[in-house]
Amino acid sequence: MSVHIREYPGVPLRDRDLQEGRVLATEWRVKAQYAWDTGAALSRFFRGLKEGKIYGRWCPGCNRVMVPPRMFCEWCFRPTVRWVAVRDTGRVNTFSVSYVNWDASRSSVPRVPAVIELDGASPGMGIMHLLGEVGDTLEEILRRVRVGMPVRAVWKPPTERQGAITDILYFAPVEGPGGGENG
Amino acid sequence: MGYQNKVAVVGAGLTRFVRRAQETGKELCFEAARMALDAAGLRPRDIEAVVMGTAPDVFDGVHMKGEYLADGAGGFRKPYMRSFVGGGSGVFAAIHGWYHVASGHFDTVLVVAEEKMSSCLPHPQAAFNGIYDQFLERPLGVNLLWIFALEMNRYMQVHKIPLETIALVSVKNKRNGLDHPCAQEGIPGNYTVEEIVGSEVMVWPVTRLMVSPVTDAAAAIVMVSERVAKRISDRPVWVKGVGWHLDTSYWTNRDLYYPKYVEYAARMAYDMAGITNPRREIDVVEAYDPFAYKELHHMEGLLLCDKGEAPRLLERGITARNGELPVCPSGGLLGVGNPIAAAGLMKVAEIFWQLRGEAGARQVSRPVRTGLAQAWGDLMQVGTVVVLGV
Ligand SMILES: [Zn+2]
Repeated sequence: MSVHIREYPGVPLRDRDLQEGRVLATEWRVKAQYAWDTGAALSRFFRGLKEGKIYGRWCPGCNRVMVPPRMFCEWCFRPTVRWVAVRDTGRVNTFSVSYVNWDASRSSVPRVPAVIELDGASPGMGIMHLLGEVGDTLEEILRRVRVGMPVRAVWKPPTERQGAITDILYFAPVEGPGGGENG
Repeated sequence: MGYQNKVAVVGAGLTRFVRRAQETGKELCFEAARMALDAAGLRPRDIEAVVMGTAPDVFDGVHMKGEYLADGAGGFRKPYMRSFVGGGSGVFAAIHGWYHVASGHFDTVLVVAEEKMSSCLPHPQAAFNGIYDQFLERPLGVNLLWIFALEMNRYMQVHKIPLETIALVSVKNKRNGLDHPCAQEGIPGNYTVEEIVGSEVMVWPVTRLMVSPVTDAAAAIVMVSERVAKRISDRPVWVKGVGWHLDTSYWTNRDLYYPKYVEYAARMAYDMAGITNPRREIDVVEAYDPFAYKELHHMEGLLLCDKGEAPRLLERGITARNGELPVCPSGGLLGVGNPIAAAGLMKVAEIFWQLRGEAGARQVSRPVRTGLAQAWGDLMQVGTVVVLGV
């Protein structure tokens, strides 16, 4: 704002204005439904999840195995040519601890989103999912989860799978040598 | 050069940043636009074309918001276009305005950016979840903050940056915001690192005082050709360089610790401005700071320091308003508020005021000849940069 300008338009409404109904509010239910086509790449990917497998797609131009899979390589701008089954194990690239629900309301139980680099995919090819079995409080989660920590997918029982990303319930830390706190 | 005209900014306007504006989006646009015209000494009929920057329609719940806002922005019965690259929109709108004039097509262009986030109840966050992939990510019950918290943690991990250091961005910008007459009530303040880190955890490592608030406001600038600038302004501020760049929307396939797309946008702008050493040649910076870590992230992407070095510049006070490289002297989004597109254009306006020596209590102490405004957005994938100079 310039020193030459003395008036700053913009009038804030107070909470009281809202409480006392001095603000016009309308409400309606939007009936917005979508039937999205998953496309060639994700159709195969989701079918794979139903079978307990994770598929990537290989590009002969840059030799990358890409997850999420796509039918074209955005680097080489040419078609990808082969399905590659990657493993359901991987490492945590980054994680956070969420106390906020999808609508910005507060949640008392934290959730732990993470980017996971799957074994068998090219380096850096992470997917977003949730971590589980890592504790219920921030302190506990920060003690247990490390960037670089090995994890493994925990799947829904085969009969309950729907061919969706949620067929994987979450990724859990891999116990044993190489696993655990220091990853 | 590849373009016809040199382009100058000759006026700017800004409404107060508020949590819930009584004014409609159109009314906010009108106030900012009229102020920018007054500052430039122009009348609406002197303006040949209007550019609108406004990010998502869903906040207002108004379809084709660009068209809706046209009346308030003075775009009625004029060549009028809307720029839309999420959070990058405000700076992109200025680039868009530059294009109109640089091309030789128009001599006078009004650029207006507006966001009225508060209309969306209970919180615009829910509306914004639509940025995520509808198959792979939304079914996980996503939240807008996740993506930023994940990026922030990756940045902290790669460079071993403590949370307390990142909190210093909030301390600095919220203090700078105290001197901004348009700052949103309750946003600026004198905070300690402990208060910032100790505030409510939203999505760790992001705490409440490390994220910018929901805000309504509008900003505007007037851009003119050299011919007009020399006639109407004794202190034009020149657009020296513009740059923009988009990265992949497969955001989990990028290494989140470094914003390469910001670097590419910056290089484009520096090349055009003839800047070979931005660390020496840029005097004042308005980097996009909707989250505390983003200012540091963006300083590195803007090549103002090495990767991982921004926290040290911050700790040494170099980015303070009276430092060698003032960053966000306005207070930025953390200290003034975050009306998405308007916040980006506010940064361009702030550099304009800084270069004219009109920033009052916010005026940086070092002499300034070249400044930079930057914004970022979409699925963490767009960088927009404007370099201004006198
Ligand atoms: Zn390729």
